[in-house]
Amino acid sequence: MKIDRRQFLQLGALGGGAVLASGLAGCADMAAPERDFYFVQLSDSHWGFEGPAVNPDARGTLPKAVAAVNALAERPDFIVFTGDLTHTTDNPVERRKRLGEFREIVSALEVRTVHFMPGEHDASLDHGKAWMEFFGPTHYTFDHEGVHFIALDNVSDPAARIGDEQLAWLAADLAKQPKDARIVVLTHRPLFDLAPQWDWATRDGASAMALLMPFPNVTVFYGHIHQENHHMTGHIAHHSAKSLIFPLPAPLSQPKRTPVPWDAAHPYRGLGFREVEAEDRGEKFAIQELPVKGA
Amino acid sequence: MDGQRRTFLAAAGLFPLVLGAAALARSGPRVIKVSARRFVFTPNEIALKKGEPVTFELTTEDVFMGFNVPDFGVRADIVPGRTNRLSFTPDKAGTFTFLCDVFCGEGHESMNGTLVVT
Repeated sequence: MKIDRRQFLQLGALGGGAVLASGLAGCADMAAPERDFYFVQLSDSHWGFEGPAVNPDARGTLPKAVAAVNALAERPDFIVFTGDLTHTTDNPVERRKRLGEFREIVSALEVRTVHFMPGEHDASLDHGKAWMEFFGPTHYTFDHEGVHFIALDNVSDPAARIGDEQLAWLAADLAKQPKDARIVVLTHRPLFDLAPQWDWATRDGASAMALLMPFPNVTVFYGHIHQENHHMTGHIAHHSAKSLIFPLPAPLSQPKRTPVPWDAAHPYRGLGFREVEAEDRGEKFAIQELPVKGA
Repeated sequence: MDGQRRTFLAAAGLFPLVLGAAALARSGPRVIKVSARRFVFTPNEIALKKGEPVTFELTTEDVFMGFNVPDFGVRADIVPGRTNRLSFTPDKAGTFTFLCDVFCGEGHESMNGTLVVT
């Protein structure tokens, strides 16, 4: 028996693996998106990382995630990759080698459109220079089925600032949107102070949030913290994604932000990616977390 | 005569207190020197007293760093080649994290320390 996407997501919700994410019902507007759609969020693959104690399959996990996405029963409309594609290195040659290898691996994704964002491991040591050579601008917008997506860069400045120039660009972009616009923000670091003691914040994230607050339909998807986390700033929901290299502990749950050790009895536990289904014309999002499958 | 003696003794008794206050005014906040290098602060555990003003004198041996104490809402850049100062008065006791908040490389995530305020 064939199960359609909506039924699948409902089954997932019953199993506890899905959440209905944000989005308040805004005013109905007749220039609506044509159909519901879904996209996939991947994050934090840290290509080039080596650490057998936390991931003995560091070079195999990203290819497995690519295979898992390709095996989805229904192809997503597009994929977003919310930063830390590669693990940091001081060596500019090695940095480009890792970015090139990453790009080669993800070129096997059988989805035409992939939107990349940098993380601080990719971009902070050279202000995004190498990353841009491979993937283009670090902040940009795109529209899909009436939903306005904004990719914000809070990592090319090593001090974790979006910066006045980009904030002005954001303000100008938002000024062009109708008040009931359906907006999705994609970024790497949390835009709120999740755990500044662990550097889980954006120094001027509050300025971006202040610009977004007047819009009733805004949802933020981000990475950086290597785990699923859901938070509300007023009516705006923030959803962090799992990593594709190692999980990190819950915010401030222990003294140090050390990676969760590999569990041989449950390989790849805590790693994964997610499907995000836009519903009701992009005013709501249903999230389904999916694991990285083992060999 | 007795009256004069009592006055003198009273003045003498106050003298150390006055001198102590003057010395404090001259010396200002307690100065704590902290040196940063990738990916370590030295020292990385610092004892403070609640209510006692302190000034951190922050230097870096290599690259641009940050010194952030989120629980007290204070931070400073650590710019190479200069002494960077951060003054505050801890107003609560406990153990608090300080960290580098300017990404500085592969060990950045472990570049932190603790303030122990009693």
